[in-house]
Amino acid sequence: MADISLHINGSEKKVSVPPETPLLWVLRDTLELTGTKFGCGAGLCGACAVHVEGSAVRSCSTPVSQVAGKSITTIEGLGANGLHVLQQAWIAEEVPQCGYCQTGQIMTAAALLAKTPNPSDEQITRAMRGNLCRCGTYERIRKAIHRAAGAGGAR
Amino acid sequence: MSPLSRREFVAAGAAAGAGLVIGFYLPHGSPSSGKEIFSPNAYLRITRDDKVTIVVARSEMGQGVRTALPMILAEELEADWKQIEIEQAGASTLYGDQTTGGSASVRTTWDPMRKAGAAAREMLISAAALTWGVPRSSCSAQSGRIVHAASNRRLSYGELVGKASTLPIPTDVPLKQSKDYKIVGQRLPRVDTPAKVRGDAVFGIDFRVPGMKYAVLARCPTIGGKVLSFDDKESKKISGVSYAGKVGDPAVAVVADSVWGAMEGRRLLTVDWDDGPNKDLNTAAVMESLKRAAAKKGASLYSVGDVTKVSGRRVSAEYQLPFMAHAPMEPGNCTAHYQGSKCELWAPTQVPQDCRDSVAQAVGLDPDQVKVNVTLMGGGFGRRLEHDYAVEAALVSKAIGGPVKVIWTREDDMRFSTYRPASLHQLSAVLDAAGWPVAFTHRIISPSISGQKGQPGPNEIDPDLPDEAAFVYALPNVSLEYVLAETAVPLGWMRSVYALQAAFASESFIDELAAAAGKHPLEYRLHMLAKDQDIQYFATTWRTARMRGVLRLAADKAGWGKPLPAGCYRGIACFGCFASYMAEVVEISMENDVPRVHRVVAAVDCGQVVNPSIVEQQIPGGVVYALGNALRAKITIEKGRVVQGNFDDYAPVRIDEAPVVEVYAVQSTEAPTGIGEPSVPPLAPALCNAIYAATKKRIRALPILS
Repeated sequence: MADISLHINGSEKKVSVPPETPLLWVLRDTLELTGTKFGCGAGLCGACAVHVEGSAVRSCSTPVSQVAGKSITTIEGLGANGLHVLQQAWIAEEVPQCGYCQTGQIMTAAALLAKTPNPSDEQITRAMRGNLCRCGTYERIRKAIHRAAGAGGAR
Repeated sequence: MSPLSRREFVAAGAAAGAGLVIGFYLPHGSPSSGKEIFSPNAYLRITRDDKVTIVVARSEMGQGVRTALPMILAEELEADWKQIEIEQAGASTLYGDQTTGGSASVRTTWDPMRKAGAAAREMLISAAALTWGVPRSSCSAQSGRIVHAASNRRLSYGELVGKASTLPIPTDVPLKQSKDYKIVGQRLPRVDTPAKVRGDAVFGIDFRVPGMKYAVLARCPTIGGKVLSFDDKESKKISGVSYAGKVGDPAVAVVADSVWGAMEGRRLLTVDWDDGPNKDLNTAAVMESLKRAAAKKGASLYSVGDVTKVSGRRVSAEYQLPFMAHAPMEPGNCTAHYQGSKCELWAPTQVPQDCRDSVAQAVGLDPDQVKVNVTLMGGGFGRRLEHDYAVEAALVSKAIGGPVKVIWTREDDMRFSTYRPASLHQLSAVLDAAGWPVAFTHRIISPSISGQKGQPGPNEIDPDLPDEAAFVYALPNVSLEYVLAETAVPLGWMRSVYALQAAFASESFIDELAAAAGKHPLEYRLHMLAKDQDIQYFATTWRTARMRGVLRLAADKAGWGKPLPAGCYRGIACFGCFASYMAEVVEISMENDVPRVHRVVAAVDCGQVVNPSIVEQQIPGGVVYALGNALRAKITIEKGRVVQGNFDDYAPVRIDEAPVVEVYAVQSTEAPTGIGEPSVPPLAPALCNAIYAATKKRIRALPILS
């Protein structure tokens, strides 16, 4: 057990967990932020994507001790004031079916837009390739990212 | 009712176009009805504050039932869609069979939901007419109000609750005509979308009960094996691990106060397994057993004319398919709280009633002592037609005396699933002098999903085959035969079930026939559909005209016959299943012997479309799912164990492989038919037919990239 201080969605959280615990389970079980999902536990599906210092990382494969003191953003904290432009685009394009992977898709897309405000199809493909969707919503994900980019997704 | 007969019942009801109306009308004057609430049936409650609550008695796994089913009721109710609130039913005795599968939710609730709305509407009209002292015929229902146009008076549904609750419930009500629909047929946004993008939608895995613990199970890796003994000394050194114990014969649960603790506890658990009778089983042996079974005479699924008495040029081929896993994004899980005389479950399940019944049996309660709440599901695809996760959760809760959530890892999901059966297909045809087929034979050799679960249908024909293996072509001599094979590999219903196998074999083979006859694949199919004919396959009447319609529509929209860019090729296939007609044109290029699918044009005739947006989600979804199945999906068995474990060795389609999918639905006022599954079966044959067009190589075994 270790006492670890986490900077999550703009506020400080203290947790007492084994230091090797994947960030995913600290978010879900300890902090009750269940918008971040468990899909594969091996960094293969992207359902658990969160931002650490602005970059998309796989929380299922990131020991919590590695992110102590770093700035972490989850889907719950993505839209600082209401819905993020990507979340709005996801609604406008009616992307989700089962919806389980979509928070991870949105977090990955948000990290992309932060660095590449107007991504090409090729850049979207490269950035989103790590995120699986078994409902097959990929085409709408692409459209929603373009829509958000057009609406100023980087902001 | 047992799990299987329940699913069979759905299939039969759906195929017959019959609504399942069991338990539909609540007795008048029930506790839920009264001066404050108008609830003429179990699907609907209206309160004085104009809140209209519609109950959804099917499970939402992404296919849109929480939106589509209420739309049907709201249409007949003449409700204001903005006032509608949705309530998810748990396992109940009020709604008949609640199984969500067989692309049956809309088609089996179309009648009951319409009647539920219409009955309420008629009662509200009567209540207003009585209030005003005017004839019923002078009143009409409009967007949540009853209007008396002559006097320009109106009363909202909420204002009529008290009066309407005192009226007799009509048993025979007029239903609206399609041309008057205001809600059905509209592109209404799905009700579940905002929560899913915010991240606050509660899936089964997200549900919490105060004081809940987490359990992960070590299951015998060998099919049919058992626990001999286990040692939890090391497991219990993990902080938070509080319990380890057997769950039935094949598993040991490790319980902790966090998921990670339970996973770590399982990692350190030592189990001595009895590998059981299948320790030498492998996939090659299964395929051999299918070949041996093929020597048997099977049961006739369909027969017209006499295929044995036709002479001409004979063409034959064999096709085969592997076991496949559903692999929904949300791994298996269930939360249970056993409390002596009752047990409550929160289950991401397609079968709440089966969960209730099997849990009751497992923990020694009566079914009415088990309450099953249905959560959102992160995909189902048929995996959640099983109820193993619910039984496990209930047993662990009973063992530890408190609430618990059982969670499966991805590897658990892959290795302890129930699999689409491997199958073998023997096809033969006789062509006349012009090359047109005059006889067609398809022998499906496959283990029976239902049979393995202890409930074979008549003549050992799996009760799913009537919905999934029709041959919708007008030929004078046709024989479809099912040959039962046996396997120890656990079997389950996976999206489109036998239709995927049947369509891959027969629609690829028809392409072979066209090639043998030197004819174009589209022309060949249209010739076989040229005559208007009804084809009676079990309870479904298939019409060649409707199949011809979708085939032409897909071909036209795809620009069939027009030149493609250099290096691009097309393939086409059509298939009917779950009472819907589907045709797909696939455009590909070949890159280092690997097909790249650029575009899929899909045409469907699913009768009346309830919500076009949902149809336009489901069809591309099915196409992408089917593309993954066709390219790579293969579960193999070695030494009695499933080899694949995660998304690296069982790799679904990712965004880089996903094609553009265009969807065209035939305008129709026929009763709605299935939409969740019908887009799956034509994809593999259309793709393989395109590969043939590109390479002249015929693919007769899936997956393509094996």
